[in-house]
Amino acid sequence: MDIVVCIKQVPETNDIGWDPKTGTLIRESTGGILNPNDKNAIEAALQLREKHGGLITAISMGPPQAEDALREALGMGADKAILLSDRQFAGADTLSTSYALSLALKKIVRFDLILCGKESSDGMTAQVGPQLAELLNLPQLTNATEIIINSNSVRIKQKLEDGFRILKTHLPVLITVEREMNQPRIPPMDSIMEAYREKDVLVWSVGNLGGDKERIGLKGSPTQSRKVYTKIVKKGEITLLEGEPDKVARELIQILKQRDLL
Amino acid sequence: MSTDNLEEYNGLCVFIEQGDGKPVRISLELLGEGRTLADKLSVDVTAILIGENVSGIAQELIYYGADRIIIADDPIAKDYRTEVYTDIIVEQILKEKPEILLIGATCIGRDLAPRLSARLNTGCTADCTELDIDTEMRLIVAIKPFFGRNLMADIICPFNRPQMVTVRPGVMELKAQDSERKGELIYIDINLKEEDTRVKVLDTVRSTSDAVSLDEADKVVAVGMGVGNQEGFEMLKELADLLGAQIGATSLPVDAGWISEDKKIGQTGKTIRPRLYIGCGVSGAIQHSAGMINSELIVAINTNPKADIFNFADYGIIGDVSKIVPVLIKELKYSATKSLRHKEKK
Ligand SMILES: Cc1cc2nc3c(=O)[nH]c(=O)nc-3n(C[C@H](O)[C@H](O)[C@H](O)COP(=O)(O)OP(=O)(O)OC[C@H]3O[C@@H](n4cnc5c(N)ncnc54)[C@H](O)[C@@H]3O)c2cc1C
Ligand SMILES: Nc1ncnc2c1ncn2[C@@H]1O[C@H](COP(=O)(O)O)[C@@H](O)[C@H]1O
Repeated sequence: MDIVVCIKQVPETNDIGWDPKTGTLIRESTGGILNPNDKNAIEAALQLREKHGGLITAISMGPPQAEDALREALGMGADKAILLSDRQFAGADTLSTSYALSLALKKIVRFDLILCGKESSDGMTAQVGPQLAELLNLPQLTNATEIIINSNSVRIKQKLEDGFRILKTHLPVLITVEREMNQPRIPPMDSIMEAYREKDVLVWSVGNLGGDKERIGLKGSPTQSRKVYTKIVKKGEITLLEGEPDKVARELIQILKQRDLL
Repeated sequence: MSTDNLEEYNGLCVFIEQGDGKPVRISLELLGEGRTLADKLSVDVTAILIGENVSGIAQELIYYGADRIIIADDPIAKDYRTEVYTDIIVEQILKEKPEILLIGATCIGRDLAPRLSARLNTGCTADCTELDIDTEMRLIVAIKPFFGRNLMADIICPFNRPQMVTVRPGVMELKAQDSERKGELIYIDINLKEEDTRVKVLDTVRSTSDAVSLDEADKVVAVGMGVGNQEGFEMLKELADLLGAQIGATSLPVDAGWISEDKKIGQTGKTIRPRLYIGCGVSGAIQHSAGMINSELIVAINTNPKADIFNFADYGIIGDVSKIVPVLIKELKYSATKSLRHKEKK
């Protein structure tokens, strides 16, 4: 059973500032990390490979440094890695990202299962998975906390706000993985080093993918941010309670009592 | 890849999510919000209602702001299934050509909306916290926090239709019903066959817990990263119990795994409006405040006097949670026993 896992490199923190003078973003964190939730998708793929065999390909669309995220996936145990990287991809919204990924998957041809994280920590839209499924005309099973595969048949436990559902379909399918599904393994340093030495990351550009240029990058993104601005919510005057913990604790309790909150 | 004949698109649609023959609250919130937006554009609000034995809901949807209800009532639509619902909605969208489509950002809405947007080749802005209309351009402006601590972005979808947005439950206020309102019911046929569907729902389990859920809580103690670790969290649980409060959290302790995801407050979590919110080691990032700013009394405990939360708290304690909270617990226990003794004497 061949599996493709879609992974994203995300900023290490989301402490991104805004310079009101120049009107540009200040990215304080330089480092990118593998989206934490995508580690669950990789872990799910590794466990399925243990049971059913097959190849795992990790794929990511991003700038050249997103290679590090793919190396980490290789270090965890993925067999192959593909980076979609090209200046023309820049500015892609979720639809244009999933379009680029769909072109790459059509090029890969052989796969039975696509795994995505439920959401990325910088976008948190949870949109790329379902959009990719649609563009490939595959069924989608989202928010999975459990996956059971039996020859051709797939069952998942889907998490809902107030419970869960058991859904069933057939391969090929796209599944988005919840954090609760597993505890991602931490690759030993030498297997990451080995991933750098012995495994390749294929880089595909827009030219390699073909497809409709009008649907790539900023041009292919129906949503645009028109304005970015700081908004500091101010509610009114604040009363500070100061002094030793004993004193402030007693003051706070008094205030809560006065307000009928105790 | 823009939509052809943009000018043919007119009107606003709301997808109605329902369960057990009742509309989910977010759908009603969106009808009210949709009504306000549609009035700015002078267009109709159309609700799309799908399920089995759901026609009984239609009247209520009119009272909440809909002018027209498209009803697809059929056994095949009994359970929500991505492709079945997508097929039904897309057919109606292509026929009705609405400018705007609003969907609740529930588990189901977040499964459906992106699938629809890809099928319709249009943009969908997820988890908006505010909506507005640019009447000149006839565009919906989807407003949401943007990465950093207090950045917001106005997102538009100028060249594709319908313009889609999702909104989390509780962000928009539920508007009052107006039982004078009249509307039109439109029944449609579903031409899908069960044998053509690819996904089957084998079982649905809804947990019926009596516990007050976070979004309905009267008091909330919010756990932030400043609480440090699981131990700090246990301490706050004790505080919450003594106050009769529910535990909530910022996204970081949730990501760290100390606290379950249903406790997350904010843009991508729950929206709360309790009488009392106590933020412990919470910085007050805009994604968090988006979900709690309407709390009646906001108390913040934070070591950093410059923390954003002090911009909107009513009471601030500049101090260490691990020093303040144990004293609070001690004092609360003491005053509880005191009032007990007081009662016994009477
Ligand atoms: C797309 C997206 C969606 C998001 N959605 C949400 C959301 O829905 N909800 C949400 O909460 N966040 C969300 N976030 C994350 C958000 O931006 C912040 O990162 C997060 O809210 C910060 O959590 P925090 O305040 O607990 O942690 P931090 O920002 O790390 O702040 C910790 C605070 O604790 C204080 N502190 C440290 N030690 C102590 C101590 N001993 N005693 C007292 N105070 C102490 C510090 O001064 C600091 O202010 C989202 C981010 C993105 C990018
Ligand atoms: N640029 C990308 N490259 C590869 N996979 C992605 C990319 N962006 C998002 N994904 C996948 O889609 C999931 C949801 O992302 P999002 O829609 O950003 O919340 C992620 O967990 C990834 O599995």
